Amino acid sequence: MIEIQNLTKKFGQITAVDNLNFTVEKGEILGFLGPNGAGKTTTMNIITGYLSSTEGTVKVCGHDIVEEPLEAKRHLGYLPEHPPLYTDMTVREFLYFVSELKKVNRRQARGQIRDIMELVGITHVSNRLVNNLSKGYKQRVGLAQALIGSPDVLILDEPTVGLDPIQIIEIRKLIKALGGEHTIILSTHILPEVSFICKRVVIINKGRIAAIDTPENLSQNLRNFTKFTIKIEGPDSEVAKLLKSVDGVQYVELAGYQDNVGSYVIESSKDVDVRRPVFHQLSKHSYPILELRSYDMSLEDIFLQITTEEKEVV
Amino acid sequence: MLAILKRELKAYFYSPMAYILIGVFILLASASFRFVIYTGIVDFSSFFLNLRVALFVILPILTMRILAEDRKTGTEKLLLTSPVSLTGLILGKYLAAFFVYLIMVVTTFVYQVIVVAYSGHVSAQTVGAYVGLILFGASVIAIGVLASSLTESQVIAGVVSFVSVMLMWAIGSAGTYVGGIAGKALKWISIIARFDNFTRGIFDVSTVVYYLSFIFIMLFITVRVYERRRWTKG
Ligand SMILES: Nc1ncnc2c1ncn2[C@@H]1O[C@H](COP(=O)(O)OP(=O)(O)OP(=O)(O)O)[C@@H](O)[C@H]1O
Ligand SMILES: [Mg+2]
Repeated sequence: MIEIQNLTKKFGQITAVDNLNFTVEKGEILGFLGPNGAGKTTTMNIITGYLSSTEGTVKVCGHDIVEEPLEAKRHLGYLPEHPPLYTDMTVREFLYFVSELKKVNRRQARGQIRDIMELVGITHVSNRLVNNLSKGYKQRVGLAQALIGSPDVLILDEPTVGLDPIQIIEIRKLIKALGGEHTIILSTHILPEVSFICKRVVIINKGRIAAIDTPENLSQNLRNFTKFTIKIEGPDSEVAKLLKSVDGVQYVELAGYQDNVGSYVIESSKDVDVRRPVFHQLSKHSYPILELRSYDMSLEDIFLQITTEEKEVV
Repeated sequence: MLAILKRELKAYFYSPMAYILIGVFILLASASFRFVIYTGIVDFSSFFLNLRVALFVILPILTMRILAEDRKTGTEKLLLTSPVSLTGLILGKYLAAFFVYLIMVVTTFVYQVIVVAYSGHVSAQTVGAYVGLILFGASVIAIGVLASSLTESQVIAGVVSFVSVMLMWAIGSAGTYVGGIAGKALKWISIIARFDNFTRGIFDVSTVVYYLSFIFIMLFITVRVYERRRWTKG
């Protein structure tokens, strides 16, 4: 459905997108994950024909976006980072304009606009000026605009930005439901969003693909160890030795020591739970555990890891 | 193209812009007409020449937002990723401004009705002058559309097209002073000097062709500007 080959985009000296290669199958929802400035928006602008690539090709439904732009664009719906809205029109007028722009059959337009407004929940504001809508509603009108003409391919650049938590959940469900019928590429910074919606994830960093996989595999591969901080009363060298002797513990580090209480960082392989053996070992020697906390892997940790251990993950 | 034309026409009349510009035009036109009547000049060319000066200011203001605004607000992303050709997009935008201008021109027919009622016939000179007026305005609008494609600032776009038109005027006037072949060449370039011929009742097909080519070239360059921008913009 979408084929991207050797895609490179340079802005002067800056290489925003560096030799991207991936394809998206019909009905698939692909997550596009990356930190700020990774090149997500630039890639999406190229896919939709807004920007030209420096090198490489993009095909949408078999049509090259440069060689057959009108054919390719007929199959595309795009929600850019900032929703492109004419604020001097009402929601309904605007959507009618978009359906004319996308050459939707006049007779179909009416019903289609009604359905889409219902779907994204903007029916009750349909006669309001776009200018007077809240940010979240503008975002929804932006999504509605992308859905007009029921394009085969949807390109959504951070579609849940600016929505409240309840709307975020609604819109995520909506996007998930749109998959199957539509082929979707969705960019985001938010990891749970990706794991909820997408079947496959492309992580890009500094314009390059750092990983392509399913969300499950990614988080499993990434968490090849578990990390804890633990506070224990007792002499540090003794305690550290005891901790290291526990089966499954791979790494122990003393993070601080005061008044006979040490805090340690422990790492173990991801498939072993070392908390119980650690307790038994320490209680045998009567060193009380004062605190035990597990480290959750944040998105930053993952990015950090992916960008430093690129090859291992791929 | 039709979708864009319709939307732009609506946009002109949603905002006070079109009303104000048409209003100002009518005001200046009636002042000019009054002047012509009072001085009892039978020759109507000064009426058209005055209108022309009014258009120097009005048309750049009319066209300055036409592409720059979309660039500023990001709506160009919608337009440029829709199945509409660049030519269709720019032609739609151009025609919208042109139609608003036609409305202005049509309002002045009122004065011609008065003149015809008085004199009893439509003079060929008047018809020629109207053709010239419309072509001249259409050319200034084409300059304005090009200027508006160059920047995301409406003000800069307006100033650029105003200065360009002024430059055309200066070139035309210089042509009159210089005289000879050089002078003729300068006058040939200037879209404004050409207009003077029409008001004098000289109806020249080559001038019509000249204006149409001028408009074509301006819009063609605008399309090229957009094609080039695809490589650089963010
Ligand atoms: N028109 C431009 N001129 C120069 N550099 C640009 C331009 N547009 C983007 N860039 C650069 O390209 C890189 C990628 O930007 P892009 O907007 O694609 O990132 P992103 O992944 O969408 O980031 P974010 O998460 O912040 O939206 C950045 O370093 C940015 O500064
Ligand atoms: Mg972005």
